[in-house]
Amino acid sequence: MSYPWSEDVITVERGPEPGGVGGAYRVLGETLRGLKTVFKQALSKPVTIEYPEEKTPVYPRFRGRHKLHRFEDTGLEKCVGCSLCAAACPAGCIRVVAAENTPDHQVSAGERYAAVYEINLTRCIFCGYCEIACPFDAITMGVDYELADYTRSDLIFTKEMLLADPIDKTPLRAEGE
Amino acid sequence: MSHAAPLAVVNYSEDWWIQILKAIVIFLVVLQIVPLVLLVERKLLGRFQSRYGPNRVGKFGLLQPLADVLKLLSKEQATPNTAVPWMMAIAPVISIFTATATLAIIPFGDVGSWGDHFGLYGIDVSIGILYAFAFGALAFYGLMLGGWASGSKYSFLGSMRSAAQLISYEIALGLSLLGVVIQAGSLSLTEIVDAQRDYWFVISQFVGFLIFTVAGFAETNRPPFDLPEAETELVSGYNTEFGGMRFGSFFMAEYINMIVISGIAATMFLGGWHGPGPAALDPLWMLLKIAGFLVFFIWVRATLPRLRYDQLMSFGWKVLLPLATLNVLVTAIVVVVS
Repeated sequence: MSYPWSEDVITVERGPEPGGVGGAYRVLGETLRGLKTVFKQALSKPVTIEYPEEKTPVYPRFRGRHKLHRFEDTGLEKCVGCSLCAAACPAGCIRVVAAENTPDHQVSAGERYAAVYEINLTRCIFCGYCEIACPFDAITMGVDYELADYTRSDLIFTKEMLLADPIDKTPLRAEGE
Repeated sequence: MSHAAPLAVVNYSEDWWIQILKAIVIFLVVLQIVPLVLLVERKLLGRFQSRYGPNRVGKFGLLQPLADVLKLLSKEQATPNTAVPWMMAIAPVISIFTATATLAIIPFGDVGSWGDHFGLYGIDVSIGILYAFAFGALAFYGLMLGGWASGSKYSFLGSMRSAAQLISYEIALGLSLLGVVIQAGSLSLTEIVDAQRDYWFVISQFVGFLIFTVAGFAETNRPPFDLPEAETELVSGYNTEFGGMRFGSFFMAEYINMIVISGIAATMFLGGWHGPGPAALDPLWMLLKIAGFLVFFIWVRATLPRLRYDQLMSFGWKVLLPLATLNVLVTAIVVVVS
């Protein structure tokens, strides 16, 4: 059976040719319609988010600045200094130096802890691989996105800075909003 | 001799000092409208585009025009190597002079509105509207010289466009007002307003009003007819090479031109100073009509995209000019027959 080609033909309805007095008359009508549309816009509320006062909300899964976590009951750090995050990091921006826990200096829940934990945020690409690599969920991506600073050395975040709660709470968007 | 000789011959006695005072007051008032229009334009454009517009400088951004002017004043006035410096210096002067000169004939009130011995206008010249056309035609030398003397291809293209645009639209502008002149039987702007005592000419001369509005947009180089300074293709057209207050003068001239065209439209079509209430409110009605027209200018700027060059030319010559001629013809026949 042959394919009826005529079914593939799309007829396009074209408007009248532009130009002339009739064209000018139609242009006038369309202009008035445009003016009406623009005026309606003026009555609607502006969509501007006035940034420094008002922050753009982000989704919970947003990959912002990293956070290090502690156990809520004991207060011990979750990080055991295994350096898997540093190994997973494609940008090589994480530096971990591990040290042994002693009974009178118990920092983390495991045998060892991270004596030095630094993330160089000038290099970080916010891929979230460190979060996936971590076997103890000790490091996660937070939602803070205001990461501007005056010097590069200020952007090397130490363990204390990563463990601390962010000063400004970034507003969250509901999933599906 | 109780009176000194007047500075200009008018059909009623007017003291010389009151003429000078009027000139100062009119220019002060209208020049204060310019920064106001600047702010209102940016605010309104913002609203039309669903944003706030300037709101950082001062309360509600009220000091924004002041900040703009201070910025312009403190900027360098660079001159390109290929430019003709003295022509670049006088071009903005021509622009702003021709723009302000037309203000003198726009009437804000009649003799007797605020006093029996003077009218609320700079001068009531007998040639009236021709005076406005003369300065409107001269204004283009500012753009033309400015663009040509800059020695830059963008400026040159911009000034060429402004020349072509002015030639195409000046005729339609003149013819659109001719209907009003025929109906009123006078060129004097005050007499034209007096003739609108019963009804505004926008009713009987509606086609003329439409043509005048369109041609007025072209005359002031406002969107959708801002081809001389089309940012998208000509950087900034005729004023590309101008910096500091020289650019500021061009900018200010554009806004004064807007006020002048609004004033002429209000005078010729919208009944000038006529409005309800006592005669003392006349200038207020005039200012309100001007303000309404200015808002319309901004509204259209937010709505319409810039016309293509050939569309502009064919619209001017093939549509506006025949329509304006027909309008004058019909008006003349109606006036003669009735």
